[in-house]
Amino acid sequence: MLCQNNTLNTKGDLLCLMLSCALRCLRPSSCTRAFSGQLAHHRPHMDPSAPRPVETTIRTKLTQALKPEHLEVINESHMHAVPPGSESHFRVLVVSPQFEGLSLLQRHRLVNESLREELSTCVHALAIQTKTPQQWSSNPGLAKSPPCMGGSKHDDTMAEKLKAGRD
Amino acid sequence: MNNILRSTARCLRPGAWHYRTAQNNGEMLSGWARLMCSSAGQKNMEEMVKKDKVVVFMKGTPVQPMCGFSNAVVQILRMHGVDSYAAYNVLDDQDIREGIKSFSNWPTIPQVYFNGEFVGGCDILLQMHQSGDLVEELQKLGIRSALLDQEKQS
Repeated sequence: MLCQNNTLNTKGDLLCLMLSCALRCLRPSSCTRAFSGQLAHHRPHMDPSAPRPVETTIRTKLTQALKPEHLEVINESHMHAVPPGSESHFRVLVVSPQFEGLSLLQRHRLVNESLREELSTCVHALAIQTKTPQQWSSNPGLAKSPPCMGGSKHDDTMAEKLKAGRD
Repeated sequence: MNNILRSTARCLRPGAWHYRTAQNNGEMLSGWARLMCSSAGQKNMEEMVKKDKVVVFMKGTPVQPMCGFSNAVVQILRMHGVDSYAAYNVLDDQDIREGIKSFSNWPTIPQVYFNGEFVGGCDILLQMHQSGDLVEELQKLGIRSALLDQEKQS
């Protein structure tokens, strides 16, 4: 049902099917931990000795701004159409009591604000998960980013962002 | 087909029109999207986000998303039976891309608006979908989520 209006090619069908399966598992009445629990310890495929200045900066700034009880900063650049070793696409999970009483939008704005400089230069995409300590203890786990559809390949601004990350 | 539409769009003065999205093989689809092609000052952005109940700024189009996060937004809306909305392809227009980021004070694409109010990006829409809040928010727009009908049938 989901894909009947969106069939362009076999690859498109497959991506559509993958995402539709993921979304069906996350429907309000069904288990919401289907995809989050198993990825709690996901780590990207990067040379552990390679310098990671952008990741380090993100970690530092989020720690200073939000005093998180738990913080995960995942470089997802390898999942996208960018050169190996890039630091352009990230996922962050921030667990902080500062999110208490704030809407999703307010929480995400806090994260964006603390990373304003990086988001206007080298970071092209930032997937955000924000939880209070209570929300985290009742539902721990990292969400999964959808598969890349190659947008970075067609994005004229990417070269500049990748260069900003290297400099 | 989409290229022809885009070229035609650029020749026209700012203004909205409807077109039917088409597959590469020329078959028409049931959903439609309204495209604006104009340089976007703040006033323009305000008009764009208020003109339709549901407005999405994305990479690519609902028929051919060019980004996984944008695709996720399209798929979520589709799951709820929301097939008619204004979709703006930021990859086609740098003015719109920078304009909406500035207008929303939000650094990334996709961006979703309901009734002229900024909702958030892919992560927020997904969480709203998971929590059931999206059904409620769509109801406020006068849109009945398709998921409600599915639950009735099961």
